[in-house]
Amino acid sequence: MIKIRNITKRYGAHAALDGVDLDVAPGEVYGILGRSGAGKSTLLRTVNVLERPEAGTVTVFGQELTSLGEGDLARARRRIGMIFQQYHLLQRRTVAANVALPLELAGRTKGEQRRRVAELLDRVGLADKAGAYPAQLSGGQRQRVAIARSLAAEPHVLLSDEATSALDPETTTSILGLLRDLNRELNLTILLITHEHGVIRQVADTVSVIEAGRIVSTETTAEFTARSEAPAGAAAALVPGATSLATDRPTAEAATGRIESDHADALTPRPAPGPAARSEANGPQS
Amino acid sequence: MIDLLGPATVETLEMVAATSALAVLGGIPLGVFLTLAPKPIARPLGAIVNAGRSLPFIILLILVMPLTRAVVGTTIGPEAAIVPLALGAIPFYARLVESSLHEVDPGLLEAGRSLGMRTWHLVTKVLLPEALPSLIRGFTVTVVAVIGYSAMAGVVGGGGLGDLALRYGYQRFETDILLATVALLIVLVQAIQSGGDLLARRLDRRGPS
Repeated sequence: MIKIRNITKRYGAHAALDGVDLDVAPGEVYGILGRSGAGKSTLLRTVNVLERPEAGTVTVFGQELTSLGEGDLARARRRIGMIFQQYHLLQRRTVAANVALPLELAGRTKGEQRRRVAELLDRVGLADKAGAYPAQLSGGQRQRVAIARSLAAEPHVLLSDEATSALDPETTTSILGLLRDLNRELNLTILLITHEHGVIRQVADTVSVIEAGRIVSTETTAEFTARSEAPAGAAAALVPGATSLATDRPTAEAATGRIESDHADALTPRPAPGPAARSEANGPQS
Repeated sequence: MIDLLGPATVETLEMVAATSALAVLGGIPLGVFLTLAPKPIARPLGAIVNAGRSLPFIILLILVMPLTRAVVGTTIGPEAAIVPLALGAIPFYARLVESSLHEVDPGLLEAGRSLGMRTWHLVTKVLLPEALPSLIRGFTVTVVAVIGYSAMAGVVGGGGLGDLALRYGYQRFETDILLATVALLIVLVQAIQSGGDLLARRLDRRGPS
């Protein structure tokens, strides 16, 4: 579905991406985990060539996007949905008009647009907000609108750029749940980037860790989780029912430290549920 | 006095309305171009815009007289005054348009590109609509500046309230006419500013309301 071969992207002397390969299979949710500056955002933007790599190829649906001119590329992008951390909704358009935007670009009639917008808003649970403006919505609602917009042109791939990083844990869970449902029901392939373990664990099938512009590991989420949790297994039992990174993060630190040196310290924890956990989680970083 | 003020007000309104329309027609494309054009093109263009703006309007008025004669056929009267007024107003508004467009969140442009937009759609569906309240505020400022410039049009026999104030109020010591023109100009500027502010506020969707 998505095939990336040996891409390189430099900003001056700094290599943001340094020979990256990536294969995303149809219908899977693929997570890329890394700290800020690791290159994950640049990597995601090369998939629809918002960032043009200096070397290497990006192929989506068998079409090599890196070889296309701007016109063909713009058309190809319509088949690749994208959502963002800051939603990027047009402030002066209503919710319905935002969702209709890709349909306008595709030249659909007003009637078709209305039907499809109603269907999409219903799908993301915002049928009653069609006439509202983005500024009147909560963060989670805005991201739902952005998801509806990204799906309007019926893409088979969705790129998610830290889509839940500005949201609280409950809203994150509900947005990730929505992405999971869309993945299953529409057979939508999702490539997401995040700096949070919890996101990977909740939604990804496969995870790659990126560091300094290179993919350093690729494995199933089950394998990844087992590896991350192993040294902290005993301590994690102290926090029954804990599922998010925030809660098991201090225990990982309390353990051997092996994980931190690897990649766990790249991952900014969410605000932890209790004051004790929070101070422990943030202590070493602040 | 009404006999003098009435026609002068009409002349001022004509000059200001025509110039403002030209400021929009010329200033918006120029402002978009200054914002989006690659630097090797935008820089020299920006320098020309700056040159136009650095001339005192009264000098511009005289400098462009040959152009005015070529376009309007005469250098005297309100129609002739519109040429230098437009040449002053277009670069003025273009710079304000440029700064309004720079205020649009670059993330919105990225989202637009991710939806398959090219330059035309980015301008017509993202940049201009999102900047509209700010574009209207800039337009209000431009119209007020044009009212000020139009007062100098009296120099070329352009007529209008400024001309009246100068000829009757100042040169003939008819203070009541001077005060009446000033009052009219103040009311005009206030009305335009309030109208512009109101419109911009109503179109602004950034706050929860």
